[in-house]
Amino acid sequence: MTETLLSVRDLKVSYRVGRGSLDAVDGVSFDVPRGSILGLVGESGCGKTTVARALTRVMADNAFISGGSMLFDGRDLAALSERDMNALRWREIAFIPQSAMNSLDPVYTVEYQLNEVLRLRGGMGRTEARKRCEELFEMVGIEAGRLRDYPHQFSGGMRQRVAIALALALNPKLVIADEPVTALDVIVQRQILDQLRDLQRQLGLSVILVTHDISVVAYICDRTVVMYAGRVAEQGTMEATLTQPSHPYSMGLRNAFPDLQGAASGVLTPIEGAPPSLADPPPGCRFAPRCPFSIEVCASVTPPQVEVEPGHFAACHRAGEAPLLRERARHVSTWMAEA
Amino acid sequence: MRPPATGTGKPLVSIREARLHYRVGGALSALRGRSSVVKAVDGVSFDIARGESIGLLGESGCGKTSMGRLLLKLESPTGGEILFDGEDVARLRGKALRHYRARTQLIFQNPFDAVNPRFTIRSILAEPLENAGLSKDEHDARIVAALELVRLPQPAQYLDRYPHQLSGGQLQRVVMARALILQPDFVVADEPVSMLDVSVRAGVLNVFRDVRDRLGLTAIYISHDLALVRYVCERTIVMYLGKVMEDGPTEDIVREPLHPYSRALVAAVPVPNPHQSHDPLPIGRGAPDPRNPPSGCVFRDRCPLAFDRCASEVPALREAGTRHVACHLF
Repeated sequence: MTETLLSVRDLKVSYRVGRGSLDAVDGVSFDVPRGSILGLVGESGCGKTTVARALTRVMADNAFISGGSMLFDGRDLAALSERDMNALRWREIAFIPQSAMNSLDPVYTVEYQLNEVLRLRGGMGRTEARKRCEELFEMVGIEAGRLRDYPHQFSGGMRQRVAIALALALNPKLVIADEPVTALDVIVQRQILDQLRDLQRQLGLSVILVTHDISVVAYICDRTVVMYAGRVAEQGTMEATLTQPSHPYSMGLRNAFPDLQGAASGVLTPIEGAPPSLADPPPGCRFAPRCPFSIEVCASVTPPQVEVEPGHFAACHRAGEAPLLRERARHVSTWMAEA
Repeated sequence: MRPPATGTGKPLVSIREARLHYRVGGALSALRGRSSVVKAVDGVSFDIARGESIGLLGESGCGKTSMGRLLLKLESPTGGEILFDGEDVARLRGKALRHYRARTQLIFQNPFDAVNPRFTIRSILAEPLENAGLSKDEHDARIVAALELVRLPQPAQYLDRYPHQLSGGQLQRVVMARALILQPDFVVADEPVSMLDVSVRAGVLNVFRDVRDRLGLTAIYISHDLALVRYVCERTIVMYLGKVMEDGPTEDIVREPLHPYSRALVAAVPVPNPHQSHDPLPIGRGAPDPRNPPSGCVFRDRCPLAFDRCASEVPALREAGTRHVACHLF
């Protein structure tokens, strides 16, 4: 089934700062097919977490959706009243935060916190909730005996499992996970990813996984959306975006990433410079100031999303030359600053 | 700058059966008979040759950071000894200790926590120079040279800026410059790039490699990420619950890890490749409990290959080909 569960169109999210505002997300569009995992990738400040937050409409006090739509199962999340939105949270859209330590309340047992969701949100009775708690713990591989424990009594990996159990409590359709494994050690990271993928398949969930780590995307995602400075740089299937990156930023990311399966002599190549300030973004392509392939038009005209292959888009004026650029991007000298 | 140190045969640092045990739980728990000992570092021995870079690899709680703190004398060992240039570090006092402090340096994990936000870059970098008693006239030249060393272009422009005006990558280079400004022989880098974005991380790692080679530094690189350790260190020491599991050439460990724990660690490293194994890791679930490690081999409760002997006898670190492994199977 490749029906679309969520369709984000031209989403704009702004923050009020001082007397003006800043567009942290500026015209982002993507689809999440039912039963798939979408990786939302990018570096600090690219707007990936802001998109995730906008989808749950739990945003910072000074943030607001300033344009576009988020069509979820036929309803526009951007236009729903707070009351209707609240009815969707946990039941249809659930959130897994980066640090479960900060999202679980330290003074209550985890059972109490699961119960809060099951009984208040899900309208379950005491016995039904109790049964569901045990079921959820079994699903994420924790003994039911530990339901009465407090968050600090769990290790980091276990707490993240509790956060997953909490998100799945009411059988949501969409789970948004914001860097769910970033704070964890590699072994636990892998075990949590395996768990997440198994449950996603078992339950037919749709997942948006927000991450900075392209190897996490490679391990678990079906589709990739690469963001840069508030916009989508590239999107397509995970395989296409990783093996045939068609935006210079994605090519650069790939070069900067160590690969344990690669040759020992491989050299990591940084992308010189830093992302632009969103308070005063450059005109045209926002990656142009750091892009080794930028041409005159890049500095003035915002690049459109070009379909390089069916379903694979790159927002680049030179997307047509992607294979050639990919070849040149492999060489370290291409990325050296001419300083 | 100094020419790279050449091998004089004797190691720069020798760690002999180093132990760092903490008593946990307060006086009340002690009265109730509940206080326990956490063995953060438990009988670790290895030599660090001059000019060598060693990666200390392991998960949180394995003792890698404690080991780094011992090496810098930020903690004193509760057992064993650490010899720096042949001298027992624990006995250093006065002038000798100050000299040792200048020769050994730490590069911090989070650059934003490592510097005082109210200091300008100039004062951040001047502090070690003042401590070393250098005259003020020399400061600016030394500071600019240190910033050039870490490849900050046009360093003079940064001197009067504050940390928040720099990007993470730039600030991490400043932190590196501060560690190098007194021309140390030995640096400990504790996860120096874990707070940085991927596109910037590569640049900082390249500077680290380059500076180390140019100055002939001896270095310890602490990380949980084998892919990064491999990029920086020719030798890796894998730690688990305060003990060394495997010690050998990084490339050998990457290609063919011997210790069952190293195998799991290598298999767990995520790779940016769509075609990769999704097999379950060869390791039991759960987390190591430093307060209550198993008898015998500390890894045995998560080891898929454990057998009777593992519960009764602590495996010694034995030679196995190019490396040393602490496992009864070798």
